[in-house]
Amino acid sequence: MTDLPAAAPAIRQRSPLWFAWRRFLSNRAAVAGGIVLAILILMALFAPLITPVAPDAQLFLTRALAFPSAEHWFGVDNLGRDFYTRIVYGARVSLSIGFIAAGFSVLIGIPLGALAGYFGGRTDWIVMRVIELFSVVPPLLAAMLLGALTRGGYFTIVFIAALFGWVQVCLLVRAQVKAFREKEFVRAAQALGASPWYIIRRHLIPNSISPIIVGFVLAIPLAMMLEASLSFLGIGVPPPTPTWGQMINEGIDYMFFYWHLAVFPTAALAITVLATSLFGDGLRDALDPTLKGR
Amino acid sequence: MLGYVLRRLVSVAVTFFVVSLIIFLMMHSIPGGPFDANDMPVSAAVRARLMAQLGLDQPLHVQYLRYMWGVLHFDFGVPYQSPGETVIQLLSRAWVPSLVLGGLGVLIGAPLGILLGMAAALNRNSWIDYLASAVATLGLTIPVFVTSMLLILVFAVWLNWLPASGWPHPNRWILPIAAYAAIPLATYARYTRSAMLDTLSRPFVTVLRAKGLSERRIVFQHVLRNSAIPLVTVFLPMFIGTATGSIFVEAMFRVPGLGAYFVSSIETRDYPLEMALMLMITFMYCIAYLLSDIVYALVNPRIRVGGAE
Repeated sequence: MTDLPAAAPAIRQRSPLWFAWRRFLSNRAAVAGGIVLAILILMALFAPLITPVAPDAQLFLTRALAFPSAEHWFGVDNLGRDFYTRIVYGARVSLSIGFIAAGFSVLIGIPLGALAGYFGGRTDWIVMRVIELFSVVPPLLAAMLLGALTRGGYFTIVFIAALFGWVQVCLLVRAQVKAFREKEFVRAAQALGASPWYIIRRHLIPNSISPIIVGFVLAIPLAMMLEASLSFLGIGVPPPTPTWGQMINEGIDYMFFYWHLAVFPTAALAITVLATSLFGDGLRDALDPTLKGR
Repeated sequence: MLGYVLRRLVSVAVTFFVVSLIIFLMMHSIPGGPFDANDMPVSAAVRARLMAQLGLDQPLHVQYLRYMWGVLHFDFGVPYQSPGETVIQLLSRAWVPSLVLGGLGVLIGAPLGILLGMAAALNRNSWIDYLASAVATLGLTIPVFVTSMLLILVFAVWLNWLPASGWPHPNRWILPIAAYAAIPLATYARYTRSAMLDTLSRPFVTVLRAKGLSERRIVFQHVLRNSAIPLVTVFLPMFIGTATGSIFVEAMFRVPGLGAYFVSSIETRDYPLEMALMLMITFMYCIAYLLSDIVYALVNPRIRVGGAE
């Protein structure tokens, strides 16, 4: 009783996001992933400034298939293009598809998840049946069909990735809204006569911001993998645009003699997907410690 | 319990037929047909007869009902790519390499993954824990064709230890099996680790320790058994995943298996084969989810009693 500290340290009110940020910083793999991802984004944004030539300029035809050198860091490809330039421009396709598709996934997933979680019953049943439809079709096969149907192309890939990416976001938001629906502040809002739309928009979605961020970040690597897989099969983004999946596919034919054509796109894709996943996993663990390790 | 299983069964059956309808419509709305002029230069009369013979002149709903009626009798039609056999004969022939390689990959990868996950959970924050996390993250994030490419580059191109491609000789199987094994290895390392950590933190483990049971008996008899449910439920979807993975692994290692038909059946508008492949995968996923729902209901009475919740 008498041993109370004479001057208790002033208790500062910390926001939950502050604690999440601290948890995130203590996860070294996630921080490293975030830094690598940030560098990759900067490289993609400033691609014209850090590359010597245009990605589709066949300026080095006489030195086609040359190995990496001081002049051509990653060598020259079979059509006489600087391979380093093409890898850097490939990051633009991969990252932009990842982020845009994840954005659309969130835009579809939030309203459906919030509706299913808030109203429950029949609405929930319908949304869950739709999700069941999406869970029994392997995304890749459906994407191959859709790709053939729409003849591939950048926006088709974004569309397909969003079509299969929203499920995860929807489930996360639904669980969160379901948990918050019974809380006192929602009851109070209902008692004050707030409409369901108002409650969802004003109270439930802001309270779901952590699962939304997590769903967004985890959707990015999935979209990037889908793009690379489809481009690898030749039904993704069509050739003049440099993409890693295409380059890997072409690299197979040359790998026994010109290894650089296979190694660099493979490494670029692996590093990008890995960095994004580590960053996303770290963010999820930081924002929702109860999910750690799942 | 029976009521719950029946409800799930009906729901899954409806899902299956809705998916089959969607796939059928998508497949037929891809522009072009199997006997277009640039693929097969025949006269219009011959083409019309071919179409009539294969029932392609009928309205779509008739074609769909005919096909699904055949499916119910295990008749998947004749593939246009190789008209000398039925789709079932073609699939059972092509499935052998895929099943051998994919199956061995899962059979090798899953136990290794379980061991790795166990070692990681029992030695938290040790080097083996970090190794398990690294393996799990790498295996689950890197597309299988990238893994295959790295394996070929390291073991076939640089070290020159193993042949890169082909099928007949078992020493050519090693690299594709390794590529397949990466996914179950990673999946099981991650799930075993988290499931075991979950179980190890439960009070009954403390009781067992207090009773003086040896750590080995605690782990193998009690903890492992109590952590097994998530490991069982993730098995089937993962195993089916090797079927879609075969598209890439078999393309990389030039294995004459099922994988190539996924792409070629879409490219050549080989409707019966395409539909059979899609339905096969969808059906296996339906069964997998149904089984995992039943397993969950068996362990967790709240699901079968609560119904809607």
